[in-house]
Amino acid sequence: MIFKKENTYGVSWIHQLDPRLKIVIAFITAFLIALTNDLITLSYFLFLAIILIINSKIETKYLFKKLILINFFIIIIWIFIPFTFPGEELLNIGKFSITAEGINFALKITLRSNSIMLLIISLLTTNSVSEIIHALYRLKIAEKLIYLFFFVYRYLHIIKKEYNNLYEAMLMRAFKAKTNLHTYKSYAYLIAMLLIKSYERSQKVYEAMICRGFKGKFIFFDDFKIKKLDILFIIGYLISLSLIFIFRKGLI
Amino acid sequence: MIKVKNLSFSYDKEEYIFENFNFSLKNEERIALIGDNGCGKTTFFKLIMGLLKADSGQIEIFDQKREKEEDFIEVRERIGYLFQDSDNQLFLPTVEEDVAFGPINLGKSKAEAKKIVSEKLAMVKMEGFEKKVTYNLSQGQKKIIAFAAVLAMDPDVLLLDEPFASLDKQSIKRMIKILNKIAQPFIIVSHNNLLLDQVTNSSYFLE
Repeated sequence: MIFKKENTYGVSWIHQLDPRLKIVIAFITAFLIALTNDLITLSYFLFLAIILIINSKIETKYLFKKLILINFFIIIIWIFIPFTFPGEELLNIGKFSITAEGINFALKITLRSNSIMLLIISLLTTNSVSEIIHALYRLKIAEKLIYLFFFVYRYLHIIKKEYNNLYEAMLMRAFKAKTNLHTYKSYAYLIAMLLIKSYERSQKVYEAMICRGFKGKFIFFDDFKIKKLDILFIIGYLISLSLIFIFRKGLI
Repeated sequence: MIKVKNLSFSYDKEEYIFENFNFSLKNEERIALIGDNGCGKTTFFKLIMGLLKADSGQIEIFDQKREKEEDFIEVRERIGYLFQDSDNQLFLPTVEEDVAFGPINLGKSKAEAKKIVSEKLAMVKMEGFEKKVTYNLSQGQKKIIAFAAVLAMDPDVLLLDEPFASLDKQSIKRMIKILNKIAQPFIIVSHNNLLLDQVTNSSYFLE
């Protein structure tokens, strides 16, 4: 799970920022990064993301784990793209040739994905899930989507637990996974049982909700207030964005 | 407060769980429902709450006949139902929000709801749990918090489905204390007769 308790309850100034602001900025910046096609601008975004991540004081070990995961896919890109992308040849290895455009392209993907990942980790995982849900609600995101996210988050680990229980019960009765019909059948039953249990649980949760007077609307507790820190952050963000814009357009 | 006359109910129209069943709960009564597994204790609670509809017979709650879905909306607001599995009941992220869910549905303001939360948490001796994440609680704590959430609606009657199940000794003690402290009449289902004797004043046997 990307939301980790230790990250959620940190004490850095990024943790103190208004969750609404963090969501909006993460969303906009992720878009900007995804749309940028210029190497220098991308490096600049990565630099900004690194500054954010350093300031959020997130555990380095956790950070590396997440980054290794995403960069594993990027390594695969580096293996294929430079050889297959059409363009000017840089180097010939036997029958294969590396193109400059290919390297350029792979580099861009690397910069993009890493900076978006760092951005998301620094801005979004520094909230608790309930804060994010509240913030989405205040941002007027469609309620159905929020409920979906919320219930998935709330019941995912219960379904996982249910799965573990069932699976352990299978193991307790000497189940060994092999390549035969019995194994496939058992797994199919396991998944079917999980579906039935989830369905039943959803009914029970709904019953519990209407027993407590639920009439179709959630009311959230916390109210957010924009603080001085938030305004400073917005100003800082806008300045950093305009800096690169001015620099690249040659306005200075 | 609750009167049931000639109630019949079956899930499949063949095997009747209740046939001409009669039951009544009066003020200040604390009734233990005793019976084997599958004899219809939970079904009975669901019939009272209107989650299931009876095939025939009458259910009268708070001196009014209850038949249609709309009739049961008031019932659900005035009867507190503690579910057997607390994971079904606690679904909001924090304890505070979950306990406040009922009061807010009843139209209380946020400030009032917050006050109720701290009152009820104090009542069940779980002060300081407001910001805790519900699914990280232990099974016993979940049950007590779920109970606080039911009490937060200030119900007139309580239906308690296995409140002692999967609780450790300490939580059971706590539960008994709470049950002897509250003023409401209640119907309780449990298989533990020793514990039932400590909190009820009459019993019904279901067959």
